[in-house]
Amino acid sequence: MTTTQQQSRPKLRDCIRRALESQRADKDRAPSVTVLSSLLAVQDELHYVPNEAIEEVAIYCDSTINDVWSVASFYTNFRFTPPGQATVDVCWGPTCHLMGAQNVLAAVQDELGVDAEETSEDGKITLRYSTCLGACAQAPVIARDHILTGRTDPKAARSFVSNLKQELENGIAH
Amino acid sequence: MVSRIEAPVDTYAVVMSQQTQYALLRARARQRWDDLVAGDRPWVRVGFGASGQAAGAQAVFDALKPFGPEGSNQINLSMVGAHGLMYLEPIVDVVVPGINRILHANVTPEMVPEIVAHFVDGRDERPLHESAYAYTGHRDPYVTYLPEWDELPANAKQRKILTANFGNIDPHDIFQYIAHDGYAALNKAVLSMKPEEVVEEVKTSGLRGRGGAAFPTGLKWSFLAPSQAPVKYVLCNCEEGDPGAFNDKGILESDPHRLIEGLIINGYATNSTHGVVFIRQGHDIPIEATRRAIDEAYENGILGENILGSDFSFDMEVSLTGDSYVAGEETAMMEAIEGKRSTPRYKPPFPAQAGLFQKPTNINNVKTIAYVPGIVASGGDEFKNVGTESSSGTALVCLTGHIKRPGMYEVEMGLTIRQVLEDIGGGVAEGSERIKVLQTGGPLGGVMGEDAFDTEIDFDAMAKSGAILGSGGIIVGDETTDIVDLVRNLIAFNQFESCGKCFPCRLGNTHMLDVFDRLCKNEAKPGDMKLLETVGNNMKIGSLCGHGQLGYNPVSSAINYFGEEFEKRFNGELEKSGPFGDGSMILPSRTRP
Repeated sequence: MTTTQQQSRPKLRDCIRRALESQRADKDRAPSVTVLSSLLAVQDELHYVPNEAIEEVAIYCDSTINDVWSVASFYTNFRFTPPGQATVDVCWGPTCHLMGAQNVLAAVQDELGVDAEETSEDGKITLRYSTCLGACAQAPVIARDHILTGRTDPKAARSFVSNLKQELENGIAH
Repeated sequence: MVSRIEAPVDTYAVVMSQQTQYALLRARARQRWDDLVAGDRPWVRVGFGASGQAAGAQAVFDALKPFGPEGSNQINLSMVGAHGLMYLEPIVDVVVPGINRILHANVTPEMVPEIVAHFVDGRDERPLHESAYAYTGHRDPYVTYLPEWDELPANAKQRKILTANFGNIDPHDIFQYIAHDGYAALNKAVLSMKPEEVVEEVKTSGLRGRGGAAFPTGLKWSFLAPSQAPVKYVLCNCEEGDPGAFNDKGILESDPHRLIEGLIINGYATNSTHGVVFIRQGHDIPIEATRRAIDEAYENGILGENILGSDFSFDMEVSLTGDSYVAGEETAMMEAIEGKRSTPRYKPPFPAQAGLFQKPTNINNVKTIAYVPGIVASGGDEFKNVGTESSSGTALVCLTGHIKRPGMYEVEMGLTIRQVLEDIGGGVAEGSERIKVLQTGGPLGGVMGEDAFDTEIDFDAMAKSGAILGSGGIIVGDETTDIVDLVRNLIAFNQFESCGKCFPCRLGNTHMLDVFDRLCKNEAKPGDMKLLETVGNNMKIGSLCGHGQLGYNPVSSAINYFGEEFEKRFNGELEKSGPFGDGSMILPSRTRP
C-alpha cells in the first residue's frame, strides 16, 4: 500500500460511516437497518465494498467480520475493487439471448478490449453481465449505470461504448 | 397494548370525522384531476418505466420540457407508467382538455416540436403529427382517421383490472390515484368491515397467488389472522428475477398506490402491524416510485397511526435485496430482509407461525396484492365471475422475443395461449415465418412447442400441459431458435443463481450445464441423456426449494416437445450452436465471488 493510500484511508472510513448513518436519516420512520442494507448503502456511496467497510458494517450492525463477509460474498452485485468511471451492463437472459445478446456481448467485449466481466485497461469502463435488466420487451438491452437502452445490436452497442468512451475522455463524468 | 379509548366517545362525531378524512382527500383529488384533464392547456404524458426508458422515453421527455411549466408553460407535462403496448414506445399521450386523448407512438425527440405545435399553435393551422397512432374519448374531426385506442387489436382482447390506470395516471401523484377511486376500498375496509369479513371477501373471490404456487390467497390470510402476536408482518414479493417477466415491476412503476392499498388491506385483514415491499436493488424506477408512494401515503394519513381516522395503525417500508434469484423464494426472502444470505429455510415452521424475525408472517406476490382493492371495493363475487372456474380473475402476461407486438397485457383467464399470441401479440415478428417455441414461467418453467399453444391460460390447465404460468412471462422463439442452445441459456441462469445451500441443486445444475455445453459443441457422450435424467430427478427430490425442485423442468419439457432435435444434436447432425461457430457461449464465471 502506498503512502497516499494510507493517508486517504481515514477519510474512506468517514465516508463509510456517513453512508451507514444515512440509512437512519428519516428519524420518524427509520427503515430496518441490517447487514445487507448497510452493505448496499456503502456500495451506493463508493460503488464498491472495501475491506474497511466490512469492518465498519460489522461494528455498526453488531455483527462479525465473518458474517458480514458471508453476506457480501453471496450477492453478485457487490464488488470489492473500485469499478471504472462507468459500468456497462449487458443482459444475457433468455429473451435477450434469443434476440442476439451473444453477439452484442462479443461486440462490447471487443470494443472494451476485455474478455470477461472486467474493467477496460485504462480503468474507465467496467463490463458486467446481467441476468435481467427488466425491459425484456425492448430486447436486447444494455445499460450504462442502470440507465437502459433497448433494441440494440452489435453495431449500435459498439457505438454506445465508443460514445461513452468519448464522453469520459471529454471529462463529462456521470 | 394501551387501550385506545379511555373516555366515553361521541360515536356520531367519530363517524363524521372519519367520513370527512377520506372525503376531503377525495374532493382535493377530484379538483386536481379536473385541473389536469379539463384545464386551459393540453396535458402531455410520456409513458415511462424500465421499458419506456430502454426505448428512449427520457430523451423525448427532455425534448418536451421547454414547452412545460419549466419552459414556455404551454403544456402540462408528466411522466406516467407503462401503457402495456411496449412495441409503441416511446408513447406520447396528449390529453386535449375536455375532449379526448391522442396517443403518439414510437416518438423520437426530433418529432416533439411538431407534435406539440398542433396542440399549442393552432389545431387548424398545424396538422396532427404523423406519429399520432390512436385516440380515445370524443371523436372530434381531428381524429376521425385514427383508430380508437381501446379497439386496437392489442387492447381489444384485454380485460384491464390491475392495469386500468396504467399510462393514465402519474404514479408519483397520490391524488391522481384517489381521483380514480383509489383508497376507497381501504376506507371501506377499515371503517365499515371487520377484518374477518375482508378475509371472507377475498376467499369468495377465489383469488389465487400470482407468484407461481397459485395458493388460495384468502386461505393463506386466514392462517395469519388468528395469531395474537403484538408484531406481525405482511410481505410483498417484488424480487421478480425472472427474465422475460416484468409485470410486478410494471405495477410498481405504473400504479404503486394500488399495491400499497392492497398491502394495507392485507395488514388490516390479518391484524398485522408492518408491511414490507421487497425489491431487487438496481431497478431504480420501480424502487423510486414505491418509496415516493409510501411517503405520500404517510403524508396523507393513509399509513401510520389511525389510518383514515380508524383505530387501525400500520407501517410500511421498502426492503432491497442484492442480486440473488433465490431471494424470490419466500423463506429466502425473509432471510434477505433480515440482512442475511438469501437461502431457503426448512419448513416447518411455516411463515404464518414463525416468519420474518421469527414473527408471524404472510408473503404475497405484487399482482396478488394489487387485486385486493378491487375485490374489496366491488365484492368477491364480481371477481369470481371473471376468468375460469378454478382460476378467477385475469393474468398479466409479458410477451417478448420474436413476437410482433411485445408488451405487457392483462387477459381474462381462460383465453388460449394461441389467442394471446395471435390476437394480442399479432403473431410472429416480421421477418420470421412461424412461432416454434414458447418459454413460459421463468427459467424454471417450461419449454413448449406448437402442441401446447391451445392450452388455456389457467393455473391447472397450464400445469397439466407441463407449462407453468408462474410469473406470466411468455418468451417467443421463431423457426430459427436452437432449442438446445435456449435450454443451455436457461440452465446457465439456474446454475449461476443456485444459492448453493443444497448440493443436488448446486452440483446438479453444474452437471447439466456441462452436458449442454457438450451437446452444443457436438461433443455429447453416450449416457449424457441418462445423466441429465438422473441428475434432474435427484435435484427434484433432494432440494429444499423450487430452484432445485423445478430445475429439471426446462430440460424435461424441452425433451418432451423437441425430442427429435435433441436426438439430432446428440448424433452431431446439426451445426454447432451459437453465433461463434464453436458452440461456445459467453457466460459469467460459474462461481459466486
